[in-house]
Amino acid sequence: MAEAQLVQGNEACALGAVAAGCNFYGGYPITPSSGIAEQMVRFLPGADGVFVQMEDEIASLAAVIGASLAGSKAMTATSGPGFSLMQEHIGYAVMAEVPCVIVNVMRGGPSTGMPTSPSQGDMMQARWGTHGDHSAIVLAPSSVGEVYELTVRAFNLAERFRTPVIVVYDEIVGHTRESVVLPDALEITDRVRAEGDPEEFRPKAITPNGVPPQAAFGDGYRFHVTGLAHDERGFPTEDSQVAGALLTRLHSKVDDHEDEIVDVETFMIDDADLAIFAYGIVGRSAREAVMEARASGIKAGLIRPRTVWPFPAEHIARAAEQVDTIIVAEMNLGQMIGEVERAAQGQAEIVGHLRADGEPMTPAHLLALITNVEADRKQP
Amino acid sequence: MTDIKTYLREWAMPHVLCPGCAHGIVLRSFLEAVDQLQLEQDKVAMVAGIGCSSRLAGYADFCTLHGTHGRAPAFATGLKLARPELDVVVVTGDGDGLAIGGNHLIHAARRNIDITVMLLNNSIYGMTGGQAAPTTPQGAVASTTPSGNTEASFDACALLQGAGASFVARVLAANPIEMTKVMADAITHPGFSFIEVVSDCPEYFGRYNKAGGGAEMLVSLTSRDVAVAGPLAAKRFVNHVPSSEPPPGMDTGVLQREVRPIFSGIRGGDTDES
Ligand code: SF4
Repeated sequence: MAEAQLVQGNEACALGAVAAGCNFYGGYPITPSSGIAEQMVRFLPGADGVFVQMEDEIASLAAVIGASLAGSKAMTATSGPGFSLMQEHIGYAVMAEVPCVIVNVMRGGPSTGMPTSPSQGDMMQARWGTHGDHSAIVLAPSSVGEVYELTVRAFNLAERFRTPVIVVYDEIVGHTRESVVLPDALEITDRVRAEGDPEEFRPKAITPNGVPPQAAFGDGYRFHVTGLAHDERGFPTEDSQVAGALLTRLHSKVDDHEDEIVDVETFMIDDADLAIFAYGIVGRSAREAVMEARASGIKAGLIRPRTVWPFPAEHIARAAEQVDTIIVAEMNLGQMIGEVERAAQGQAEIVGHLRADGEPMTPAHLLALITNVEADRKQP
Repeated sequence: MTDIKTYLREWAMPHVLCPGCAHGIVLRSFLEAVDQLQLEQDKVAMVAGIGCSSRLAGYADFCTLHGTHGRAPAFATGLKLARPELDVVVVTGDGDGLAIGGNHLIHAARRNIDITVMLLNNSIYGMTGGQAAPTTPQGAVASTTPSGNTEASFDACALLQGAGASFVARVLAANPIEMTKVMADAITHPGFSFIEVVSDCPEYFGRYNKAGGGAEMLVSLTSRDVAVAGPLAAKRFVNHVPSSEPPPGMDTGVLQREVRPIFSGIRGGDTDES
């Protein structure tokens, strides 16, 4: 059994990455994510890995993609403006099917915004920031222990689905130092490697599970990688059927396996009258608030997605049948609330609690909210 | 020597380049350099950005990465750090490498990462239809400078020398044998090597500036290569400027060569950052 240790959120991210087999980090300094780079540069040399500080965030993700194509498990981390700069290469990694992990420690925006304040303002950017149609896998840990766990999971999902995976958490989670017991036995997934005759190798082969086996540069397979629409050989094409089939496959390889990706914590929801939907640090406050509400006789429950994209629509639909009201609490001016409304399909009233002023949402704050909503509910 | 087709993806032909474009000659010279050096085909990685020159990577039968606009040196940096045994060669253009990707290029040079960058300079954006580039000479016509370019242009080699590139050379696409020699030299150079290949774009630059077709443009390149006795570095290339001003000359050949510590990332063991 591993021992309890005092770990900071950003440090847990680096520890999780190394535990998952990460052996390449490329990044650029930006608050509040720099702590991840500062830990990775300490861990990687001893873990047979390489660290490089690049000239900007665009270059950071480019270097990560280059390293991943050479067979590495590679990651970068950034915040706010840096995440905006990374959008170009998130799209490239989706299109070229390059496994990699991008951590975005969210801070107040838009633009340089509030560099040292927490925010959940990048939820839609994490989903739709890069241009064009694409799937997205985005995980949202709410505690130091979960940062570790979900960073490992991000690498596993990236390798499993040959796609970039994004981890988002806010400044509070990143800078919190708390006592955690990090698991020592971990399940690690590695990309499926190409086998057989290099002449026959098709880097973008259409396979039953939608994920083509991968070869690394230098392994004896010579092939082309491009961000242009391409055929099974990875070569650019303007054939609408081939391009259409590629886009459909890139979508369905994720969408058809949502059950492997979606991950939601529900708490006291089975007999609840009202539920609070929250993720990341707000989810943690919400759990406290729900417990306190229960203690005062209010039947409150929690829905806390740990995978935010793909969106757990079925969980919301089920909860909406159970409860009268779903409170959506997020540190932005309304991003995931639209998804909750869509998934609830009118089965529950949706009440938003939204703020984007750099202040956290405390349990007391959310309890007061639950109490008010309960009073309204009882007084039609 | 090996049949040059060994290094080509014939299945990917026909290629996208216009008739008369000199970029094909540049690719052949590069393949001949690879052959002369007897590089292991599986261990050569060609990394490209976006543009006509960057399309060359698709036709070369190596590990080829066609990245995003201007970012090839950054992709190449990650690739080389992760797999130091690969011979990593970036192929880029003047718009790709000097405008949108200028930052990545100078930082790769500064780090002295052991890759080779071949920048094919045709003084214009070809793939997007003939817009002015940071290398378009003053006075030259492009689709975005219909009355002649008024901006100053970059001297790519001077820029890279300033950025600390440990090997800098300029060659003319009109001199394929010399090109091969300099490319082989650059690939074997320990550290970052940069070659500006003065190429052409008959389709846009040639047409807009009445500089003739591919053949005429190549001939005029050689005629502007002011041959003087002595080492390559002493040759002067007179840039084409459609104005009454006397044309500025540029040196060709190897302009800079020094050996300094190679960047290999921050890593453990005996391959520590040197
Ligand atoms: S547009 Fe110009 S540079 Fe591009 S292929 Fe045609 S001639 Fe060559």
